[in-house]
Amino acid sequence: MAVKRREFCKLAGVSALALAGGSASAPGAAAEANETDKLIGEPIVGNRWAMVVDLQACRKEEGCRDCIVACHSTHNVPAIDEPKEEVKWIWKEHFAEAFPNQQHEYLAHDLQHEEVLVFCNHCDSPPCTRVCPTQATWKRDDGIVMMDWHRCIGCRYCVAACPYGSRSFNWRDPRPYIDEINADFPTRSRGVVEKCTFCDERLAQGRMPACVEACKDKCLVFGDLEDPGSEVRRLLEKRHAVRRKPGLGTQPEVYYLV
Amino acid sequence: MIEKALTGGRGYWTWITFLLAMIAAGAYCYLLQLNNGLTVTGLSRDVTWGFYIAQFTFLVGVAASAVMVVMPYYLHNFKVFGRITILGEFLAISAVAMCMMFILADLGQPGRAFNMILHPSPRSILFWDMIVLNGYLVINVVISRVSLTAERRGEAPPAWTRWVILLSIPWAISIHTVTAFIYSGLAARPFWMTAILAPRFLASAFSSGPALLILICLILRRVTKFDAGWEVIQRLAMIVTYAVLINIFFVLMEFFTAFYSAIPEHIEHFKYLYVGLEGHGELVPWMWLSAALVLLAAFVLLNPHLRGRQGPLTFACVAVVVSIWIEKGLGMIVTGFVPSPLGHVTSYSPTLPEVLITLGIYGVGALLITIFYKVTLSLRGEVEA
Repeated sequence: MAVKRREFCKLAGVSALALAGGSASAPGAAAEANETDKLIGEPIVGNRWAMVVDLQACRKEEGCRDCIVACHSTHNVPAIDEPKEEVKWIWKEHFAEAFPNQQHEYLAHDLQHEEVLVFCNHCDSPPCTRVCPTQATWKRDDGIVMMDWHRCIGCRYCVAACPYGSRSFNWRDPRPYIDEINADFPTRSRGVVEKCTFCDERLAQGRMPACVEACKDKCLVFGDLEDPGSEVRRLLEKRHAVRRKPGLGTQPEVYYLV
Repeated sequence: MIEKALTGGRGYWTWITFLLAMIAAGAYCYLLQLNNGLTVTGLSRDVTWGFYIAQFTFLVGVAASAVMVVMPYYLHNFKVFGRITILGEFLAISAVAMCMMFILADLGQPGRAFNMILHPSPRSILFWDMIVLNGYLVINVVISRVSLTAERRGEAPPAWTRWVILLSIPWAISIHTVTAFIYSGLAARPFWMTAILAPRFLASAFSSGPALLILICLILRRVTKFDAGWEVIQRLAMIVTYAVLINIFFVLMEFFTAFYSAIPEHIEHFKYLYVGLEGHGELVPWMWLSAALVLLAAFVLLNPHLRGRQGPLTFACVAVVVSIWIEKGLGMIVTGFVPSPLGHVTSYSPTLPEVLITLGIYGVGALLITIFYKVTLSLRGEVEA
């Protein structure tokens, strides 16, 4: 179903372009065809995608923003200075804010001041998709929580439902705030919600998520939890991992090695 | 029938002109919002719902409260309410119309609103809210239209309307219950995730709605020949009294559970409301004003000598409406977002365009009520000579 819908969306995009007399600028749609031509490898498929974040390894490089920059430039995420209207797919939060239940007064000094990477948890039981009144956000069979930016009506119910603050709304037109538009990925219009999609577009081209590729210290490991031989499974068996707000029953698929 | 709304005295036209000016200002600001996005509002990454959604919540209560005149009349055969049931139904129609406009004003992509029908999602509470609100609108339009036509012809309304009216009673309860479920089913927002939210919404609705109706009756008595009768007003005042007391009781129960259990994420929201959090206390004076007003109103209403006199009763009704408006129209929605799930405390206050759009929508509602009442009272020959 997921594939069918994707094809449909492409078709709809192309028809819309044709209707508009081809004058509208939609770099994403036009470039997608080129990208398929230079397919890098076979699509990477999985049954239950997950990400493991190695906080210890990440901590070593203080102030590093490689994964954030890679993600935001790949996905045309605008850089809006006004904090109230920021759009973020992956960013850093203080440990105590990302893990309010793990916080205590005598927390190890480095954790106390540490900033941890946060992004969409691609929950197994996502509250955001449950509340969406138009199915503009839904969970794919492989576990990725997807967004359809052409269907979203901008009601922001999903934003209210996300316990992790992982969703951003476009309060204004984001395009003027993108330094260099990546023609291989669509830009968004104002009035829709967006978030991390585990780089579904790159997986389809046989590439790892942009943040994983950008991290030179290999702090981010992406893989299929249902594959017993995968690195994510190996790491989770070997080391102690925590998830954000596990008590809410959302079953986040992002694991943190502390 | 509608032509009756096109004739009127000087006072009538001044009022209509005033409302049209209010609507025009709101429409202009809405164009501003359409062109620039919701950036023209005070909303933000952390506080994503504000004034619009709060007014929507308050007005669903006003709409639901029509049941408090319909039920005594049709279920308990309380005949004197017969004169005002149609006023309650028209108030409900206007309130539901405003609710829908507030939802539309809040959408980032209003042009895509029909996606809710093209891609129905029964797992979303918003889907059910759309069903119950539209259903309630249709029910009330049918009832008021048929009974007004019958009244004009001087005959009894057809027998089938009785069943539609009986259906409207549970339906009224449903609109506010489903609206509460929008909030109370979210694990991400501890402030809203309380099983008493729907009962609380109903209690506050059944106090503010009938209080508003009393005020409307008093105004109509002044500017038209229509007099609901003191017995009707006193009976409505009794309903307001019970509902106000139940609402105070429910709010106190929220306090007990939050503070005795001492779970920080439950307490913090109440702190933000009543004492402020991390230096952010913009709602504090409002919430204390709301508490003071509702307690004063309860004192007046509980005392039969005061409740029975027009002056104190008018004060109590204004106090109840203002207090509940602060509770639902200012405090309830924003506080669900403060602090955010990441613990951030972000201030929110509506901007001028946001306030003007809100007033514009209230203007449309007031215009609808005016037209409906004008037509009804003209038919009854009760308009000022």
